[in-house]
Amino acid sequence: MKKKIISMALAAITAFSLAACSGDTAPTTPAGTDAGDGEQATEAGTEAVTPAEGVTGDASEVKIGVILVGDENEGYTYAHIDGVKKAAEAVGIPADNILWKYSIPEDESCYDAAIDLVDQGCTAVFSNSYGHQSFMQKAAEEEPDVQFVSMTGDTAAMSGLDNFSNAFTNIYEARYVSGIVAGMKIAELVDAGELSDANFDADGNVKIGYVGAYPYAEVVSGYTAFYLGVKSVYDKVSMEVIYTNSWFDIAAEGEAANSLMADGCVVIGQHADSTGAPTAVQSALDSGKVAYSVGYNVDMLGVAPTAALTSATNNWSVYYTEAFKDVVNGEKIPTDWAKGYTEDAVAITTLGESCAAGTQEKVDEAIAAIKDGSLHVFDTDTFTVDGAKVDSALVDMDGDFENDDEEAVSDGYFHESELRAAPSFYLRIDGITELTAE
Amino acid sequence: MSDNSAVKDPFIRVVKRGDMKSGPKICIRIGSVVVSLIVCGILINVITGLNPVAVYVTMFKGAFGSTRRSFATIREMMMLACVAIGLAPAFKMKFWNIGAEGQILIGGIVSAGCMINLNMLPTFPLLIIMFATSAAAGALWALLPAVFKAKWNTNETLFTLMMNYVAIQLTSFFVSKWENPKGSNTVGIINSNTQAGWFPEIFGQKYTLNIILVVTLAILMWVYLKYTKHGYEIAVVGDSENTARYAGISVSKVIIRTMLLSGAVCGIAGFLAVSGASHTISTSTAGGRGFTAIIVAWLAKFNSFYMLLIALLLAFLGSGATEIASKCKLNDYASDMIIGIILFFILASEFFINYRLVFRKHAKEEA
Repeated sequence: MKKKIISMALAAITAFSLAACSGDTAPTTPAGTDAGDGEQATEAGTEAVTPAEGVTGDASEVKIGVILVGDENEGYTYAHIDGVKKAAEAVGIPADNILWKYSIPEDESCYDAAIDLVDQGCTAVFSNSYGHQSFMQKAAEEEPDVQFVSMTGDTAAMSGLDNFSNAFTNIYEARYVSGIVAGMKIAELVDAGELSDANFDADGNVKIGYVGAYPYAEVVSGYTAFYLGVKSVYDKVSMEVIYTNSWFDIAAEGEAANSLMADGCVVIGQHADSTGAPTAVQSALDSGKVAYSVGYNVDMLGVAPTAALTSATNNWSVYYTEAFKDVVNGEKIPTDWAKGYTEDAVAITTLGESCAAGTQEKVDEAIAAIKDGSLHVFDTDTFTVDGAKVDSALVDMDGDFENDDEEAVSDGYFHESELRAAPSFYLRIDGITELTAE
Repeated sequence: MSDNSAVKDPFIRVVKRGDMKSGPKICIRIGSVVVSLIVCGILINVITGLNPVAVYVTMFKGAFGSTRRSFATIREMMMLACVAIGLAPAFKMKFWNIGAEGQILIGGIVSAGCMINLNMLPTFPLLIIMFATSAAAGALWALLPAVFKAKWNTNETLFTLMMNYVAIQLTSFFVSKWENPKGSNTVGIINSNTQAGWFPEIFGQKYTLNIILVVTLAILMWVYLKYTKHGYEIAVVGDSENTARYAGISVSKVIIRTMLLSGAVCGIAGFLAVSGASHTISTSTAGGRGFTAIIVAWLAKFNSFYMLLIALLLAFLGSGATEIASKCKLNDYASDMIIGIILFFILASEFFINYRLVFRKHAKEEA
C-alpha cells in the first residue's frame, strides 16, 4: 500500500518533469516576449508594402502554408509572421487561406507539416528556419506540383529541383549601416575624451566587440559588414568576436557581452537572437562604464533605453510579397532570392537617444549610396586579409563545402549573396579577432 | 469504537478497497478522462472564450483528419510505446531507470552511424545490423548503472539521469562530425536519395514496419513479464529484495539481466526514431520521450496493451496540439496544459480504484 502511494507520487513527479522538459524544448521563452517589441521592429516595413500590382491570377483561390520554428512570442518568427500577413494583404490572398504551423521542430515534424499542408491544398509552402531545409527538400521531391521555399537555406540551387527555393535578405547591408551608427558614436566619444586607456589596443585602435552565434559564413559576413561600417566613419578600430554556439541563449549572450566589455570594448554588436547582450550593456552603462549596443532583429530600446543605438533588421514582407505574387500568377518562385536596401528588404530600427549628432544624415547618405550602387559593403579597397588586398575569393556552389567553385570578387568588391541567396563571405579580415572559434 | 474516540474520529477517512472488479475499474478510468475533458473545456472557455467542443474536434481532426495524419500519430504512438515497453521491466523491478532518453540517443547514434557508413549494403541486412547494434548499444548504456547498482548499490536514479547528459554530449559530438551541409550543425536527412537504412514501405505505408516491430515487442514483453520465470523474478525483486534472496533469487543477476533488456529495447526505440521516422540524428531525437514513457509505463501498470492505449492518448494529444495552435490560435502551451490535466485525473482515478473515502457518519455505521 505504501509502495503504491510512493509509485503514484513518483508518477506525479515524472508528470511534472515532463512538463518541465517540454518547457525546455519549446522554442519560445518568456524573455522572448520581453524582447518582442516586434511591432516597433517591423514598423519600418509598413510603408514598404507595395500595392497588388502585377497580380494576374486569382489570389482568393490560392492557399499558402507557412511552417515556423517558433510562434509570435519569439522575435525572429514574429518578424516572419508579420511579413507573411502584410504580403498576403498586399497580394490579396484572404487571411484564411494562409495555413500556419507554429513551433515546428527541425525534424520529421517539419516534413509531416509540409506534406499535411499540401494535403490541405497549399500550392506553396514556406519554412523559416535553416534546420527545416532537408525536410522541406524531401517534401519537394515527393510533391513536384507544389513549390517549397526554405528561408535562409542554401541547397536549392544544387538540389536540381524545380520546385525548391531559398531566400534570404541582404542583411549585411543593414549591418554595415548599423556599423556607421556605431562609428559615429565612437567618433563622438573619442572627441569628447570619454574613453580610457583600456578602451584602446596596443596600436591605438578603439576596441569594439561582437557577440556571434556560430562561426558560419552568415555570421562572418554579418560581423565583417558591421566592422567595415564602423571603419567607414572611424578608421582606427579593432574588433573582438565571441561565439555563443547558439542562436538564442540569453545568459550566454549576456556573458559574452560582459567579457567583451571587461576587455575594454566600447560598442557591442550582435548576431544572435536574444536581448542578452543589450541588457548586459545597459547595466554596465548604468554602472558608469562607457558601453553601447547594436542589436539584431528587433528594436532593443525596450531593454536598453540608453545603451541601444539601433538594430539591423529584416523586412520579410518584401520577399513574401514577391513570392506570393509568383504563386498566384502560377510562376516559379526564384530559386535564390536575396535583396536588400534596393527593395527595402532590410532596415535599421529607430535610432536611440544616445546616438551621436548627425547620425541620421550619415545613415541616409549610406543607404542612398547602397541603393544607387556607388557603395559596395565588401569593397576590397576597405579591408585586407593578412596584410594584403584581396583580388580573388572563390565560393562553394556545388555543395562539397570547399570554397573552390565560383569567383565572387570582381569590379573591386566581393559579390555577397549574388551567386546564391545565403551569405557566403567567409574571409577573416585584418582588424577582427575571433576569441572563441570552434 | 468507544464514544470518546468517535469525537476524535476524522471527518474523512481513506480506506483501502478490496480488489475491484475490472468492469467498475474501467468505468472509473473512462470517467476520469471524461471529467478531465470537461474541466479542460471549462478552463479553455473561461480563459480564451473558445468553444471547447470545437477545440476538441479540431484536435481530433489534427490527429486523425487524414490517412497521413493518422499514420503520423500512430508513428508517434509506436515510438512512445516502444520506450515504455523498454522501461516496464526495469520499473516493475523498482529500478528507477530515468535514463531512457540517453539509451534512445545511443541507439539512434549507432543507427545513424550504420546508415552513413554501411549504406552500400542492401536494405534488409542493413536493417538487421542496425537493429542489433542499436539494441546492443542501448543495453551497454544501461549496463553501466545496473552493474554499479548490483555490485555497490549506487543510486540508479541519479546514475541513469546523469548518463542522459553524457549521451546528449555524445550526440552533439557526432552531429558536428556528420553535419551536412558543413557548418549547419545539423546532420540533415541521411541517404535522402538511396534511402539506405530507411524502413521500407509495406502495404503502401511508410510506418507499417514501426507498427509491426512495436506490437511484436509489446506481445513479447507481455509474455515475458507475465508467464516466464524471469518475469516472476522481476516481480519478486520489485516487491521485496529480501524475499527474493530468501527464495534463492540472485538479485544482482536479475538487476543486470533486466537492465540489459530494458536498455536494449530503448536502444531499439532510438533505431525506430532514426531509421523509421526522422532519418537524421540530433540532440532532440529522443525529444523527452524517455521521460514521458515513464508515465506511460506506470499508468499502464506495466501491461503492454494498456501502454499502447496510453501512448495513443498522448500521441493524439500531441498531434492535436499543432492543429489547435494553427486553427484556434492556442499555442502549444495550451495542449501541455490539457495533457497535464488529463494525466492528473487519470492518476487520481487510480487513487479511487485503490481507496475509498469514508465520511464520519458512515464510519460510525460501519463500526
